[in-house]
Amino acid sequence: MKSSIITLDNIHVSFHGEVVLKNLNLNIEEGEFVTLLGPSGCGKTTTLRIIAGFLSPDKGSIFFKGKKINKVPAHKREVNTIFQKYALFPHLNVYENVAFGLRLQKKSEQEIEEKVNEMLRMVNLGGFVDRDVNSLSGGQQQRVAIARALANNPKVLLLDEPLGALDLKLRKDMQSELKSIHQKTKITFILVTHDQEEALSMSDTVVVMDKGTVQQIGSPKDIYNEPQNAFVADFIGESNILPAVMIEDYKVRFSGKEFKCLDKGFEKMSAVDAVIRPEDVKVVSPNAGDISGTVTSVTFKGVHNEIIVDVEGFKWMVQTTESQETGDEIGLVIRPNDIHIMKTSSYSAEVGDYSAFSDEFYEEHQHSLKS
Amino acid sequence: MKIRWSLMPYSIWMLIFVLVPMSLVFIFSFTSSSSGFTFENIVEAGKYSSVFLRSIVLGAVSTLICLVLGYPAAYSISKLSVKRQNVFIMLLMIPMWTSFLLRTYAWMTLLEYNGLINKFISFLGFSKFNMINTPGAVVLGMVYNFLPYMILPIYTVLTKIDKKVIEAAEDLGAGKAKVFTKVIFPLSIPGIISGFTMVFVPSVSTFIISKMLGGGSILVIGDLIEMQFLGNTYNPYLGSCISLILMIIIMICTGIMNCLGSENVKDENLVM
Repeated sequence: MKSSIITLDNIHVSFHGEVVLKNLNLNIEEGEFVTLLGPSGCGKTTTLRIIAGFLSPDKGSIFFKGKKINKVPAHKREVNTIFQKYALFPHLNVYENVAFGLRLQKKSEQEIEEKVNEMLRMVNLGGFVDRDVNSLSGGQQQRVAIARALANNPKVLLLDEPLGALDLKLRKDMQSELKSIHQKTKITFILVTHDQEEALSMSDTVVVMDKGTVQQIGSPKDIYNEPQNAFVADFIGESNILPAVMIEDYKVRFSGKEFKCLDKGFEKMSAVDAVIRPEDVKVVSPNAGDISGTVTSVTFKGVHNEIIVDVEGFKWMVQTTESQETGDEIGLVIRPNDIHIMKTSSYSAEVGDYSAFSDEFYEEHQHSLKS
Repeated sequence: MKIRWSLMPYSIWMLIFVLVPMSLVFIFSFTSSSSGFTFENIVEAGKYSSVFLRSIVLGAVSTLICLVLGYPAAYSISKLSVKRQNVFIMLLMIPMWTSFLLRTYAWMTLLEYNGLINKFISFLGFSKFNMINTPGAVVLGMVYNFLPYMILPIYTVLTKIDKKVIEAAEDLGAGKAKVFTKVIFPLSIPGIISGFTMVFVPSVSTFIISKMLGGGSILVIGDLIEMQFLGNTYNPYLGSCISLILMIIIMICTGIMNCLGSENVKDENLVM
């Protein structure tokens, strides 16, 4: 049985009258790799700053191993942070950057040297001790930041979008490196990111946040396969979210058709949201499908084609390996296993179909999330 | 090599108004009215070594006082909200818009034996004391006039320090005092060096301040040079030589400061 290391209880934060976090409750267990995931402005970084001690909440308590630490200043907390832009000390070399925390603890010179070298070896920067941090590449600076934080033997490591500034290839490498460091050190990791793929591939637990509240907490699989509302379904991966009616247990109607599904426990004839992932839809000939429509756009994505299909006005996104042309009539097969039913929420109306979708728009959207 | 045409006017300007005069100073330093090449001027200038020493000491003391007063001021201002920072920087700059002579003259009237300060002191029942025409008065004049040049560069460097770096230090276990000694102060050294240069150089070479507040009794290099060109001891050859020596002294001093600084600071972007 694992014990909880960080507990946030009813945290409330507002800046200049604008609510950033409302009634946030979060329990993090020792040794866990937790990711706070959400778009910019969702409050994930604020949550991290509260745990680090850079910010004190207007209301609510923070517990560290059951002890309330609201009043404990940042420099006395047993947590260390890896900052978004590394925040290395520009006046110190690699060695002194990593030794910074150890020197403050008045460790002996020999102890410091051993620890610094051990940390630098762990992040594969063995020969870099004398280097000026300003001369390092982004990835190397990031490694120094990791070594510097871990040298202090924190109980919890906070990572504030640590890979955001790295290019794709390097990001992938660092992801697996961070994960292996987590497995080696068994320290609790709390990662903040807006990159859903990063969240899914790295964490034990994902906390999806939006507008200062937790939308869903669960394992990456739960979050992806069983999103609790339209926001989570839309934010994590691609989803076709259809307004639907739950006829009875295991039976749902959308797109003018009845479908068998695996969900139950909803009120009979209640309005729900049905989620179907683009990769789950099967493309067949027009007559063989459950529903049929016209292909309105085809985008080559390497592994598959991403096609938009107009089914009676609702634009579906479908990922298929078969080649289709714009204007083709196709049928779509949706199996019970592919359908996931959610309760309607305030997000139901916001997330529509893919009618406004274009890659350009998508990229801009992603970009604005990052900035 | 590609010629940068946009630099041409500046290059010509520098040639005419920097390189040529500097060469003339150099040539004059090693000639005299009677003979050609000579070391006479250097020997002559050597007789004034006490004046050189006095100037350097007065300049160094003023610079040090400016640093001691200016650093905390710059630090406090940099901690304020942006709006208030601007107000304080404005207040700091406004005196600089009035004439340098006028400001120094104002100090004369304050420091005079029968000036405002002594009047106030005698009003309180203490006996008057002599303030003007002392080295102290000269140092006061320098500090008053040059303090903003110490505060501004330090302030600029302090405001540029990344807040995240300070947070990182706290995160790693540094309390307020340690954050200052281990991060903020070392990172502000480029500002100190630049402030040092901007105060020390004019302090060492000033002559108006020593003339007005030192009453001619405290001779500094500036006075000496002025005398060689405008006074009745007219000797531009010796004057040039003294200027040259002063320039070398200043170069050595700032050079030493830069070396001391770069030992601690490895950021090449932040030179004066």
